[in-house]
Amino acid sequence: MTRDEIVLAIKDIIATIAPDEELGGLEMEVRLRDQIELDSMDFLDIVMELRKRYGVQVPEEDYMQLATLKGCVDYLGPKLESKALVLTALKG
Amino acid sequence: MSEERRYFRGSGDGKKPRATDPLAKARGEYDLIVIGSGLAGLTAANVLGSLGHKVALLEQHYNFGGMATWFKRRGGHVFDVSLHGFPVGMLKTCRRYWSPEIASRIVQLDGVRFDNPQFQLDTTFTREDFTEKLVTHFGAERATVAAFFDYLRGLNYYDDPRDTVADCFERFFPGRNDIHRLLLEPIAYANGSTLEDPAIAYGIVFSNFMSKGVYTFTGGTDWLVARMKDELRRNGVELFNNVAVERITVEDGRATGVVANGRHLRARAVLSNANVKRTILELVGPEHFDPAFVREVEAIRLNNSSTQVYIGIREGCSVPWITDLLFTSTRERFDSPALCDFHGKSRTFSFYYPKVRPGSERFAIVSSTNANWSDWAKLDEDSYAREKARLIEDTLVQLERYVPQIRAIADHVEAATPRTFEFYTQHLQGASFGTKWEGLRPSMELSSHIDGLYHAGSVGIIMSGWLGAANYGVITANKVDLFLRAAAQAAHAPESR
Ligand SMILES: Cc1cc2nc3c(=O)[nH]c(=O)nc-3n(C[C@H](O)[C@H](O)[C@H](O)COP(=O)(O)OP(=O)(O)OC[C@H]3O[C@@H](n4cnc5c(N)ncnc54)[C@H](O)[C@@H]3O)c2cc1C
Repeated sequence: MTRDEIVLAIKDIIATIAPDEELGGLEMEVRLRDQIELDSMDFLDIVMELRKRYGVQVPEEDYMQLATLKGCVDYLGPKLESKALVLTALKG
Repeated sequence: MSEERRYFRGSGDGKKPRATDPLAKARGEYDLIVIGSGLAGLTAANVLGSLGHKVALLEQHYNFGGMATWFKRRGGHVFDVSLHGFPVGMLKTCRRYWSPEIASRIVQLDGVRFDNPQFQLDTTFTREDFTEKLVTHFGAERATVAAFFDYLRGLNYYDDPRDTVADCFERFFPGRNDIHRLLLEPIAYANGSTLEDPAIAYGIVFSNFMSKGVYTFTGGTDWLVARMKDELRRNGVELFNNVAVERITVEDGRATGVVANGRHLRARAVLSNANVKRTILELVGPEHFDPAFVREVEAIRLNNSSTQVYIGIREGCSVPWITDLLFTSTRERFDSPALCDFHGKSRTFSFYYPKVRPGSERFAIVSSTNANWSDWAKLDEDSYAREKARLIEDTLVQLERYVPQIRAIADHVEAATPRTFEFYTQHLQGASFGTKWEGLRPSMELSSHIDGLYHAGSVGIIMSGWLGAANYGVITANKVDLFLRAAAQAAHAPESR
């Protein structure tokens, strides 16, 4: 996956978890939870979904790294490099 | 709930030994065994089943659901035990970890009322309405109220738990016993919170409720649990009732399964939904932990227990609309230990109108109080029967103020006490809401003491109630999934060492 695809991968996961949120205008460097309504259970879901879709493990002590989209790309980049993008909510 | 009949508890100890072995269909080995089918155990099992793990769920009772339960009585009566109200978050939890169908049954209560010597009011139990009431009815400053709500909302797990509810109330509303009552009484009934507990525990639960009000489940607990069982089976979870787990087996510092009905069922991981103290001190045993941890667990305080009085209304009779949830007290002032008083003056009434079970025309009223195990535990049989009768009588007297004709239309009346709750869930001292704050850490860290051993269930005040327990099940399921995947990977890794 490229960096752009990783952003798409994250947005797709968020779209499944929070179907009512508008994700088009999400800023890369602003905390996700300051832009859309995400609570700690939502973050847990993102982590579980990353594991389910891509086999990527995010240990609890690294959850902070996923606070912004940019953080996600930086942290997940190496882990997702060789993986193919999976889209469910944002398909088509 | 009459506790004389013990025959549901598996083959060994009842009056009526089971003719069939409830574990006959169990296989010898699972990825995960879940002990207990409270909302935490059920939800964890469902999540892990849906992720493809081979899960068995063992419940000592014949019903699944734990405290989320119901019972039927002659005359067509159905009583829900813990379906009084939960925060809106349950909607998301059910949609995500159960099914859209289950989530679609969640509806907001139409009415919440307070009636005590300090104030009488109806509220939607939301931040907006509480703000209005605090400002107009209680004369608080709007800015102070906003600051109070923001403070509670901003609290986090890792904040200092030494700030107590009392400290926090005194900071924002000094000397206002009436306001303290409004703010704490409902949460005390929801999860046993007291003025002495950390503000953080109270704040999380209070903020959850205040976000959108109080919700309930249309169809009743029986419908819910039936759908949950369908969902679990669809996800491949094997369900066994009437199976009381006697022991969790540990070999070389790893959980390896459970002993139940004289059989050893093996598993790569074990998740206990039994009380955390009982899990560690009895089901596993202190010999498997380091002494400092055992001391920490021994020191965990349990939450209070409950009493309830179930009042079934005769077929064809009705109760006029009053409210759904009524917090009532004849006590002049609020203080939190008094909520647990033996034959105290405060109780909540839940009114169940036909809307709760669409298609049914029946009404029921359930009264609940918080209670101390110690007041009920020591009574001999005669005194126990007498005190139960007194509980029923006190309840009817209080209820007559709202439903004057109650004695004429009540068809079935029955009481439950801390002994009843202890009997049905095997929770130590009949604890209704798990443990105080300090139970959270040992519960969360269990797997760092014994590989593959997990706990999910009411602990730390915040992880109790329907929503807290269900979400804690998911939080623990996430850890179990990580563990099982790592274990599977290790098993399949080529021998390169
Ligand atoms: C009177 C009352 C009213 C309540 N009202 C509300 C309310 O209105 N709203 C709300 O949100 N919450 C309410 N609650 C709290 C809520 O019901 C509980 O917090 C929640 O259901 C607890 O779920 P749990 O997963 O922690 O475990 P529990 O429901 O306690 O379940 C544990 C399960 O484990 C089983 N078990 C224990 N030991 C073993 C063993 N050795 N082998 C096999 N099985 C075992 C038990 O039988 C039980 O089924 C109420 C509780 C009570 C008592």
